[in-house]
Amino acid sequence: MSVATSTSPAQTVSLSKAAVRNWKPPIGFGIFAIIALLLFTVGARSGITTFRLSTSSDLIQLPAISADVVIVTTVVVILLFAMAAYSAWLSYRAMRTPLWMTALFAALFLVAFLTWAAAGQLIPVPGLLVGAVGLSAPLIFGSLGGVISERVGVVNIAIEGQLLAGAFASAVVASITQQPVLGLLAAVIAGMLVSFVLAAFSIKYIVDQVIVGVVLNVLVIGLTSFLFSKLLSPNAALLNSPPRFPRLPIPLLGEIPIIGPVFFRQTIIIYIMYVAVAAVWFALFKTKWGLRLRAVGEHPQAADTVGINVNRTRFWNVSLAGAIAGLGGAYFTLGSVGAFNKEMTAGAGFIALAAVIFGRWDPIRATLAALLFGFASNLQSVLSIVGSPVPSQFMLMLPYLVTIFAVAGLVGQVRAPAASGKAYVKS
Amino acid sequence: MSEQLPPPVQPEETVTPVTPEPETQEGSRSQQVLRDILGGSAMISVLAVVLALIAGAILIAVTDKNVQAASGYFFSRPGDTLKAIWDAAAGAYSALFQGSIYNFRRPGFADGIKPLTETLTFATPLIAAGLGVAVSFRTGLFNIGGRGQMLVAAGAAGYVAFTFPMPFPLHLIVAVIAGVAAGAIWGGIAGLLKARTGAHEVIVTIMLNYIGLYLISYLLRTQGALQAPGSNNPKSPAMLPSAVFPDLLGAKYNLHWGFIFAIAATVWVWYLINRSNLGFQFRAVGANPHAARVAGMNVKNIYVYAMLISGGLIGLAGVAQILGTVTTGFSEGIDAGIGFDAITVALLGRSKPVGVFFAGILFGALKAGGYSMQAAQGVPVDIVLVVQSLIVLFIAAPPLVRAIFRLPVPGSMRRAKALNPNAMVTK
Repeated sequence: MSVATSTSPAQTVSLSKAAVRNWKPPIGFGIFAIIALLLFTVGARSGITTFRLSTSSDLIQLPAISADVVIVTTVVVILLFAMAAYSAWLSYRAMRTPLWMTALFAALFLVAFLTWAAAGQLIPVPGLLVGAVGLSAPLIFGSLGGVISERVGVVNIAIEGQLLAGAFASAVVASITQQPVLGLLAAVIAGMLVSFVLAAFSIKYIVDQVIVGVVLNVLVIGLTSFLFSKLLSPNAALLNSPPRFPRLPIPLLGEIPIIGPVFFRQTIIIYIMYVAVAAVWFALFKTKWGLRLRAVGEHPQAADTVGINVNRTRFWNVSLAGAIAGLGGAYFTLGSVGAFNKEMTAGAGFIALAAVIFGRWDPIRATLAALLFGFASNLQSVLSIVGSPVPSQFMLMLPYLVTIFAVAGLVGQVRAPAASGKAYVKS
Repeated sequence: MSEQLPPPVQPEETVTPVTPEPETQEGSRSQQVLRDILGGSAMISVLAVVLALIAGAILIAVTDKNVQAASGYFFSRPGDTLKAIWDAAAGAYSALFQGSIYNFRRPGFADGIKPLTETLTFATPLIAAGLGVAVSFRTGLFNIGGRGQMLVAAGAAGYVAFTFPMPFPLHLIVAVIAGVAAGAIWGGIAGLLKARTGAHEVIVTIMLNYIGLYLISYLLRTQGALQAPGSNNPKSPAMLPSAVFPDLLGAKYNLHWGFIFAIAATVWVWYLINRSNLGFQFRAVGANPHAARVAGMNVKNIYVYAMLISGGLIGLAGVAQILGTVTTGFSEGIDAGIGFDAITVALLGRSKPVGVFFAGILFGALKAGGYSMQAAQGVPVDIVLVVQSLIVLFIAAPPLVRAIFRLPVPGSMRRAKALNPNAMVTK
């Protein structure tokens, strides 16, 4: 017997993969290769550039590398064009250009650029990198604060204010107590206070988050500048001479060539920063807390339905974000400069915001973006010392330009948390 | 924060119509009128200003030396402390009044009224820039890029004003047009990027601020561009007299024809927003872009037009600065924070042209008076920033002001929605 099965012929649905050709990488590579060609031929320079890899205090001394500008630039330009062509071939075959190739491309471009810009001069590589990490530190703390805040659904334009408040509070408290650790604590509290205002106004009073952020920045600039002029500058000895954190070399790691001085002979704030980056990444993506946080930022209604208190989650995580950003502010006074000054953050909060977006709201990527921006900024100051042909203003512009390209979708996909910037009103 | 294009349809955004609060009809008509006045927006604005001034007074009193000295023996003679507090606050605010409206110490009306003309001089760029921000607000956009737009406008207008000699009215007009066009282009970039790629205008305008700043900073350091010939300072040469706004009330006062331009701009923006076809589309897009699209409006083009006009008006503020207030050449600080002040002006004026006009005059008075307060009473001018930002914070959160003064609530949810159209309201 046979069951009358209406046997349709087994349709083997072959899911043919649509050939998606992404031409952005080869176009980008090509543009940069042409820029390199123009820069190195029109503005041709000659001479020997020396890269010093070790400092005099290093245990293991690496020899300095000398590079002939003409040879290096010629070789690199050829390599860049080759990579652009290879990337175009990959795109034609509907394959992705691997990330390592982009990294290699950027590194080659950078080496050639450095060699060319510092023709006939000496570049202290460890000094360049140490300075970059130092300049990145407040950006990294600020961008971690931004990531947490935006992931939970509150746009944090007030990073600048949180940094500035942290810098101010840490300078005053550390000066009075002569305890840098207490200064650090004060910075955390100050950043948190700014966040309380941001959270209260945007969550309780449903004021637009961008407005609150912008106004808070003005408020903090006004308050700190007022108190600085009125109290801090007349009593600088008592109120504005904070002790700085000493450098704490980590025994074994600190002796690794190049990496040692850059990452492991730093102040305690930088070590806190490493821990903070790892902790934020782990907490966001591997814990219940992080899942809830992201749920609230992506779909508050769904989060509410499963019993998460949306507004309370937002309030406390925005406060946490402010606390972390406040730590970044402390770096200005306790880590690098030493005394508070009017508007000393000078737009670092906005670069941190740029790092958040360029890093696609991911703590690790945002950290890398902040490092990149810090490096560009320090490169500018090193090159202005050796007398670079590129005006420093254009180097300083770089992070902002890169961010505009990023949000305009020219550098990968950028997608904000869905509910970021939207207040949640339950009724 | 970046928006995707096309925007994903979010069902939760289709807000259920909010039922108005069931108003208990217990009061008579006159009580209802009183309730509307007390709870209305004008009352909130006035109270916000009062609250901010009180907060400023507290700040002034707390940081005052005499108050601190007298509070040392507060419990033996509390009267001294109270008198010192009164002296500090009253002294500061009377200096503010005499520096911004009428100076009683000067003989004769012509000299006594000079502070009021100073106020109007300070108000001129604030009104123009505030109108620009208001236009963007009405279209549902945040133009945070006032600084960059003012700077490029100043650069363009300044270049025309000191390079090309022309007869008087023509030169001025060409310079103004150049500046307004430059500001419009700088704003239009953000509009264009939002329209074509969905890049969020807040991020783009913030980044354009810094790009504009470094661009102008570079040009001011480049011979043949904006730098004064033969000078090493990053400063432009003086404007040619044929391109300068003539004095409005004679050489005795600083008030210049730029103020007339500001009045004209107010009238024009009023016409644009309230009477013109384009303004109707601006408001429609601002109220609900989806509905506007359904109604057949080209939302993308409206974004571009709104940012062009917004940038142009802010450009006018930059022009008024260099061709009216500071005609002896400008440096990169020419924007004087007006780009950010404009946001507070637009918020205080509730994005209505006439409101912005008076808000601009109020903040102009605070600025003019702030400097005389600093000179006469030693109160740092930064207090103005604090007062300004507090005013906006209070205005943005009517429930807070109502709670402080125990005012009646004129219908709760409607107000919350009107304040922040982005808010998700669940039912």
